[in-house]
Amino acid sequence: MSQAAFQAPAADADPYKLGGSRKLRGGGGGHGRGGHPEPTGHGEGGPASPRVIVGYGFWIFLLSDIIMFSAFFAAYAVLERGTAGGPTGHDLFDLKRVAIETSFLLLSSFTCGLSNVASDARSKWGTELFLLLTGLLGAAFLLLEVQEFREMIAQGAGPERSAFLSAFFALVGCHGLHVFAGLLWLGTMMAQVLVKGFRPHIMHRLLCFNLFWHALDIIWVALFTVVYLIGAGA
Amino acid sequence: MSNVHAGSGDHEGLDREDSAPGDSRVAKSVIAYVIGLGLAVMLTVASFVLSGTDWLYGPSLPVALIVLAIAQIGIHLVYFLHITTAPDNTNNVMALVFGVFIVFLVIGGSIWIMGHLNGNMMPAHQLGQIGGM
Repeated sequence: MSQAAFQAPAADADPYKLGGSRKLRGGGGGHGRGGHPEPTGHGEGGPASPRVIVGYGFWIFLLSDIIMFSAFFAAYAVLERGTAGGPTGHDLFDLKRVAIETSFLLLSSFTCGLSNVASDARSKWGTELFLLLTGLLGAAFLLLEVQEFREMIAQGAGPERSAFLSAFFALVGCHGLHVFAGLLWLGTMMAQVLVKGFRPHIMHRLLCFNLFWHALDIIWVALFTVVYLIGAGA
Repeated sequence: MSNVHAGSGDHEGLDREDSAPGDSRVAKSVIAYVIGLGLAVMLTVASFVLSGTDWLYGPSLPVALIVLAIAQIGIHLVYFLHITTAPDNTNNVMALVFGVFIVFLVIGGSIWIMGHLNGNMMPAHQLGQIGGM
């Protein structure tokens, strides 16, 4: 325990930062590398702002959601060859439609980001406009996906046909359900922004919605690569 | 609730020491989103073009596509989710690293173990003989 550890840290040092080896701080000792003698939550730093806490909590949720998707991806990767003599991805996938779906979702992620910029500037109509665009693009994506599923089931390539198709419908359908839930959330947020304006807790919800929508696009990137592009090539 | 706009809630997000994910003073601007969109479009187009042509040696194609996908996911994280290496983002990055670790364990472990199980499985015609007895 060095002498420096007991000196009051400089006012702008965050005592709770992971791996926070600040130059401002005297030396080691205390917990970890922080070198602060106080336990978390009782120091002069106080808790982080609600926006940071809400965002961090939602980030943890998104990561666990991604871990859930990784289980579906693992199932798909294992069962991909199990076509039971039925159609393979090469026979079924229409890459043109997947390209259109991808561009819709990517653009919706972009407009969602712009709605974030607009709500930071406290522009109500800008926020509403970009949220509406996001929702329309997301709905178009979902329609294309439903159309694909219907065509596949009509050809007798439904989820009951083979292990490969069960895994395919589970993985892609799970992503589609997330997009659908996101659309419901988006409509709710549009109404709340309209009625309540930019109160702090509405801003928190907008932040979380943005994170959710961008995470859906990240999952889609993995999905169109692993399922459609690699599947159609094989 | 009359004057929430001018209140302290306005700058609530601007914590000096921590950033919520998706919340960065440096990167959050229209320009960041435009750059992100441009890079993401380039990588997406590259993926689709590569898979539609035979410019690459066939067996190496999946590897190339996965590399492009990981690059694009990185672009999304930096330009859309604003996850950066700045010190106010340490907590977010640590959570992300843990999540990625679990994802690789789940996917890599499943493929590895199931590959070995498939390799050790009795060929189908022998299974049929056992069933017939």
